[in-house]
Amino acid sequence: MAQSEQEILEGLAEIVNEETGLPTDSVQADKSFTEDLDIDSLSMMTIVVNAEEKFGVRIPDDEVKNLTTVGDAVSFIAKNQG
Amino acid sequence: MLLEGKKLLITGVLMDSSIAFHVARLAQEEGAEVVLTSFGRTMKITQTIARRLPTTPPVLELDVTDQEHLDTLADRLGEHVDHLDGVLHSIGFAPQGAFNFLEATFEDVSTAMHASAFSLKSLAVAALPRMSAGGSIVGLTFDAKFAWPVYDWMGVAKAAFESTNRYCARDLGPKGVRCNLVSAGPIRTTAAKSIPGFEAFENTWNQRAPLGWDVNDPVPAAKACAALLSDWFPATTGEIVHVDGGVHVMGQ
Ligand SMILES: NC(=O)c1ccc[n+]([C@@H]2O[C@H](COP(=O)([O-])OP(=O)(O)OC[C@H]3O[C@@H](n4cnc5c(N)ncnc54)[C@H](O)[C@@H]3O)[C@@H](O)[C@H]2O)c1
Repeated sequence: MAQSEQEILEGLAEIVNEETGLPTDSVQADKSFTEDLDIDSLSMMTIVVNAEEKFGVRIPDDEVKNLTTVGDAVSFIAKNQG
Repeated sequence: MLLEGKKLLITGVLMDSSIAFHVARLAQEEGAEVVLTSFGRTMKITQTIARRLPTTPPVLELDVTDQEHLDTLADRLGEHVDHLDGVLHSIGFAPQGAFNFLEATFEDVSTAMHASAFSLKSLAVAALPRMSAGGSIVGLTFDAKFAWPVYDWMGVAKAAFESTNRYCARDLGPKGVRCNLVSAGPIRTTAAKSIPGFEAFENTWNQRAPLGWDVNDPVPAAKACAALLSDWFPATTGEIVHVDGGVHVMGQ
């Protein structure tokens, strides 16, 4: 069941909030995970693994380094959701 | 089934790329009951990944460098299993500084030694109260006979780890407990990818291995671990089984 990009963004924001405590409304499409949200590699792994569960997608390790911004992650998930 | 009714403690499951994940999966498929360990901030990741196994196992906290975690392990295990038939040590860690041989500080080196070599003894001692004759401890090494590109003090730690395996074999043998290692070729796991320049191994290994080698396939190493945890190596201890496509016996 594919979700809209807006729904994915909201779901992702909840995951980021749970891992880092950042308010969900700070998780915006143009924000960089490392530069703006200050998320380290271990937190990023946690977020990726939880996003895989929540959205039913596989995000290969090699792909993770291409997901610079929240928006990159949202479009990857939207594109790969079955 | 190879591991019918066996109760196993499996450390080192981080992602589903972890060698230990595949040992846990094969072990469950072969009839074993599994308990996992993880630690600190990686606990949450391991708990999520554990749900991808055929049966979701409990995850205990164990930092192998934390004496209190070690001291309480046997008791905490008791909540899940009455005894242990096998233990997988699938743990390796070195600070980034350890991957520069001439520049590394002793602090870098001692951290690598503690987490990656001494930890085999620590884990064995911690698990021993739950183990009986016929038990098996298995660890993972990367062939420590050679000076490799970039592996540096992790390579020295693996040499100590291989030696620790022999002493564990000596001291646990009289209790009927075996201790063996699988020496795996390079596999693209989280630990491997955190080594700066790991790619140096990736292409050459397949070319050097008479059987060929797939850096994306942890299953051959995992199968060897499962075999060593089984009853099919009853008189083997202190051994290192190479699962590297044959690279270790090639001259060039
Ligand atoms: N991947 C390879 O190329 C390769 C080759 C030969 C041997 N090995 C060995 O295989 C073993 C497993 O590594 P992997 O490649 O599956 O990578 P991995 O990153 O999936 O696993 C390494 C594990 O070590 C754990 N760990 C680190 N420090 C710890 C500590 N203080 N206490 C408890 N656990 C700790 C991590 O949580 C992680 O689960 C390691 O011993 C590694 O050296 C790996």
